Amino acid sequence: MDKPKTLVPYGTYVLVWFGLLALTGVTITAANLHLGQLSVLAAILIAAIKGTLVLMIFMNLKYEDRLFRIMMLLAVATLAVIMVLTFTDISFR
Amino acid sequence: MSTTALTDTHHHDPMGAKIGMWLFLLTEFLLFGGLFLVYAQYRTQYAADFHYAAMSLDVLIGAFNTLVLLTSSLTMALAIAALERGSRRVSAVLLVVTVGFGVFFLVNKYFEWSAKFHHGLYPGSEELAGRTSGEAVFYGLYFAMTGLHAVHVIVGIAILAAVLGIVARRPRIKVRVDDIRASGVSLTGSDGQALWQRELAEAPEAVELALVYPENAEVRHRQVILMENCGLYWHLVDVIWIFLFPLFYLIS
Repeated sequence: MDKPKTLVPYGTYVLVWFGLLALTGVTITAANLHLGQLSVLAAILIAAIKGTLVLMIFMNLKYEDRLFRIMMLLAVATLAVIMVLTFTDISFR
Repeated sequence: MSTTALTDTHHHDPMGAKIGMWLFLLTEFLLFGGLFLVYAQYRTQYAADFHYAAMSLDVLIGAFNTLVLLTSSLTMALAIAALERGSRRVSAVLLVVTVGFGVFFLVNKYFEWSAKFHHGLYPGSEELAGRTSGEAVFYGLYFAMTGLHAVHVIVGIAILAAVLGIVARRPRIKVRVDDIRASGVSLTGSDGQALWQRELAEAPEAVELALVYPENAEVRHRQVILMENCGLYWHLVDVIWIFLFPLFYLIS
């Protein structure tokens, strides 16, 4: 049988939601600043933070068995390796 | 009178169910990951065209839909939290709200796409054939990726509607008893106390009993697991949109 779960307070979810809304505002503002190359980086970075928030809190990864975080990390790492290899290939053609 | 002890023989494996769901979600992440890879490649190749093409996307509608999906994720998380605490009705209402947000997202998407079609912007259109290949690729990716995402929203809505049907009712269990040879059926509690008894006119071959559980923590836990797994799918759709929004709407 699995371990008894810790109940996540309603407030935590609402707080995370506020955070996500704020970050959406930040990403729109950042896009309007026309930072050039930096704006792509900013957009991806903010999206990554938002995605992590949803995964960790809404999707309960933070409170689950470590196994689930490792699985998620493996998928992200796989994607990162594919991205890096592809772009290495493209830039040396 | 012979007695037959009935136990709930359904197999329950919450951990296994969760691992299975996560494995499926990871394949979904990699599916969209592949599309993001294509996007990244073409964006470096046609940076200026992507920049120009993205100008005709409506940031306001995109931002609004982001808001809708983020809020639907909140109501989903709250629906699960409510069921964990035994508030079945609150949970059902929150689920309905979540489904409502999902439908609202699709309605916005419908108007957004209709406007694009109206301007002759759709895959394989004459309008796009006359533009640069970078712009054609941008719109191809835009329709493919937001389209695949929208399909996931539709599936998510269907799943949540099904869960709503389960959660809104009290948990019940059906048991089939094949070896009844007695003239009566009785129900005895685990403490040995007689709860219910009924005489039968003739000894049947088999009896099917439907038992409605009281609000029992363990039974509720099973429903929470089911709802959590469906919720995971809904949040996945949200996570993908979090990446789609800045990469398509905010690069002009």
